[in-house]
Amino acid sequence: MTEASASVPIASARSGVAARRLRALLAEPKVTIGGGFVLFLITVALLAPWVAPKSPLDQDLMLASLPPRGLAGAESGYYLGTDDLGRDVLSRLIYGSRIALIVAFIAASLAAVAGTALGLLAGWYRGWVDAAISRLVEVWMAFPPVLLSILLVAVLGAGVGSVIAAIAIIDWTRFCRVVRAETMGQAQADYVTAARAIGFPPFRILTREILPNVAPALAALVSLEMGIAVIVEAILSFVGLSVSSDTPTWGGMIAEGRQFIHQSWWVFAAPLAALFATVLALNQLGDGLRRALDPVLRR
Amino acid sequence: MMIVLAAFRRLLVAVGTLIGVAIVVFVLLRVVPGDPIAMMISPGASPSDVAALRSHYGLDGGLLSQFVVWTRYVTHGDFGESISLHRDVLSLVGERLPATLELATAALAFAVFVGGFIAVVGATVRRTWLESLIDAVNGLLLAVPDFVWALALVLVFGVVLPILPLTGRINPSVTAGMKTPFYFVESLLTLRFDVLFDVSRHLVMPVLALGFPLAMVIARVLKGALNEAMAQDYVLLARLKGKSEPRLVLQEALLNAVGPTLALIGVQFTFLVGGTVIVERIFAYPGIGNMAIEAVINRDLPLIQGLVIAFAVIFISVNIAVDLLIALFNPKLRHG
Repeated sequence: MTEASASVPIASARSGVAARRLRALLAEPKVTIGGGFVLFLITVALLAPWVAPKSPLDQDLMLASLPPRGLAGAESGYYLGTDDLGRDVLSRLIYGSRIALIVAFIAASLAAVAGTALGLLAGWYRGWVDAAISRLVEVWMAFPPVLLSILLVAVLGAGVGSVIAAIAIIDWTRFCRVVRAETMGQAQADYVTAARAIGFPPFRILTREILPNVAPALAALVSLEMGIAVIVEAILSFVGLSVSSDTPTWGGMIAEGRQFIHQSWWVFAAPLAALFATVLALNQLGDGLRRALDPVLRR
Repeated sequence: MMIVLAAFRRLLVAVGTLIGVAIVVFVLLRVVPGDPIAMMISPGASPSDVAALRSHYGLDGGLLSQFVVWTRYVTHGDFGESISLHRDVLSLVGERLPATLELATAALAFAVFVGGFIAVVGATVRRTWLESLIDAVNGLLLAVPDFVWALALVLVFGVVLPILPLTGRINPSVTAGMKTPFYFVESLLTLRFDVLFDVSRHLVMPVLALGFPLAMVIARVLKGALNEAMAQDYVLLARLKGKSEPRLVLQEALLNAVGPTLALIGVQFTFLVGGTVIVERIFAYPGIGNMAIEAVINRDLPLIQGLVIAFAVIFISVNIAVDLLIALFNPKLRHG
């Protein structure tokens, strides 16, 4: 039997698995609600120039510190009020979601790729490879993450690229530990023994056989990691080590709002609420993915 | 005998980890753009002064020889002088460390108490709607990090209900006569209630911000362990003897559920210690976390090095302490 003819039933079996997984996902409220909010946020971020009522950078000191709509002294058109420089809070919030999502997607993906690669190696080869990688993880985790991220950004220089690099450099360990343990378990399974008996090279077994079985656990981790990345970016913006201050970010808005919290609390509260909702949604999505895709939990 | 051997091995690994941390920090900070000597000297210094300073700090050699020189100084307790504050790093860290230790310990105590309370209540009402409610709220709050808690508290106690001081550790007017920087412990022991009250008021918000995330983790894990323990035969026996449900949870299940929870509290407590960095910053609390952010912004390399190592020592000590506690709670490990 050639490989081509053998792959036909396997392919249809795989699409069956995919359909079953999709149904399980849509049946999980945490996935639909959390994922729905994340999709909404992505849409808003992509369409920012069209959905934002004002420019996020336009200052108007005549309209400074206006309260949100519905409060005394509010001005029409400024739904969430303005900050101390008269900039529209809602528009800044909408543009701020761009940085948050860019950092979340890229940083989580990079951390996942690096951590998964090292985790697969450690779990497959064991021995000194595993010992070396595991020791590295241990040293890595002896650093306070927030301190390490600030340290890395100080070394790399402030900016979005540095923030992304810092998150990936710090958080690959989360993926590495889970993937290593999963790989060790999967390596004992019959299908791996079979793949070995056929004579598949380790690279193929790892990427084509083991990785798809680790993928559900990975998907959940990526979602959780995105929540972490959003927070880390906010923290670094808050401290003033992320993008330059003329690009609106949630953390930067919180830091600015903190100075005027007694005069205009909404400048502080609005980005905080956005941060809270985003992190909650990403966490619920991650939790839902884990539940929906884990065959043991599903039963 | 086994436990001594295990402790010794644990200590060796700890020393290895510490050396690893030192190497990573050292290499990281050497690639920072900018010349540390240029930041140290006064504008009128001659080139020979610069050269003298360079060789004094061992910066004229290669990376490896620099590391050897640095290690020699550090093992003699000399972490160098802070560039921005012009003072000995070790004494600077020593002055600020008590504030962070008191904060982290108070937050841990809060988290254990609140998390433990929620878990015990949850286990007592298990298989009722109340348990589902506790689980749902717990699950949601589990996702909220210390940074967000801290900011939410600022909003609540800064704007809505301004009853707590938003920044600082103590009102300078009440510190007179304090002999140690352990203000909370000292005022408690010497019964200086005015100081104790003031320090506690300043501690409330940072402690809540740091303690809530850990409390939620403890609540979840301990409740799971309690529910498992409640299904055991010895609990059934105690129930047949007529013990009430709260007593069953507290007297029978709790001791057996603590062991599995401890390992997790250990890991999470190191997250709490890491969280002090940003929480201290938000509340302008004068601990080593806040100092670390200042040091990074000022590119104060010697101070950053000293602070990172201080954090690593705390992390590693916590891990060792937790390992020993787990061994104490697990008779199997105790006797090897």
